[in-house]
Amino acid sequence: MQITINGQLERIAQETLEEMVRRKGLAPEHLVLEHNREVVPRERWAQVALQEGDVVELLRFVGGG
Amino acid sequence: MDDDVLTIGGHGFTSRLFTGTGKFADDARIPRMLASSGSQMITVALRRIDAEAGPGNVLDHIPPGVTLLPNTSGARTAEEAVRIARIARAAGCGDFIKIEVITDTKYLMPDNWETLKATGILAEEGFVVLPYVLPDLTLAKRLEDAGAAAVMPLGAPIGSNRGLETASLIALLIENCRVPVVVDAGIGRPSHAAAAMEMGADAVLVNTAIATAEDPVAMGRAFALAVTAGRMAFLARMAEESREARASSPLTGFLGAED
Repeated sequence: MQITINGQLERIAQETLEEMVRRKGLAPEHLVLEHNREVVPRERWAQVALQEGDVVELLRFVGGG
Repeated sequence: MDDDVLTIGGHGFTSRLFTGTGKFADDARIPRMLASSGSQMITVALRRIDAEAGPGNVLDHIPPGVTLLPNTSGARTAEEAVRIARIARAAGCGDFIKIEVITDTKYLMPDNWETLKATGILAEEGFVVLPYVLPDLTLAKRLEDAGAAAVMPLGAPIGSNRGLETASLIALLIENCRVPVVVDAGIGRPSHAAAAMEMGADAVLVNTAIATAEDPVAMGRAFALAVTAGRMAFLARMAEESREARASSPLTGFLGAED
């Protein structure tokens, strides 16, 4: 299936948010994850399975003024 | 001065120096800068991963007790700013939000109209909204009506270090606004910060001038002292200026003078 992550189309196998984050090798403690415009708390990542057409934003806080 | 508390969004601040987390050569200096400056509110940005510099999370460098002021930098419309604000709050950063909507990449001038729209929406949702704007009195009054918790006029373009180029317009905001006026952007030296506070600004936000100083920790302290001095001078009500000299010593009773 195809989903959009940070504006890029990606073809993925069946997976949860938790599995996607792990597959990408991202440190979960530094991540803010928005799934279809809703921020999903880390403890719920394993319960959310990605669906065709989903839009995911992987964000983090950075320095700024 | 201990009882001189600035209240924004129900939070009391005894330090009137707000700081930023951008441009530090080493983010590990941020907590030391916070300690040396006594700053109690600091702004952070939200970005897609991998879009900018190294690993880690800037929040790791901000001690508990310091109020987070996430900003909406990167937003080009009110809608984008609102989305960033909601994400920041959902991510646990609290209710404060600095609205920054910019489409002009050369001077980084804020889009006052989109900022006003975003302010109304977010204030309605219970955010403590601090909009970054050009110092326009009419806009500032509209921001107040829309529920802004403060207004943050720029002194000069972001990162320019040119000081209070808009001083006379900021003065109008200070004289007429019900909400606190926080001078943001352009403050390059402690003397600029002191001047803003002498004018009656309620606080200043300084990032570049501290973060890119050779010693940001010492510069944080220098800004803190300047802000305190400027605030104290404002409260003490400064003496008037005069075009001609007014002798400080008595001009009578010299030795050898005739009666």
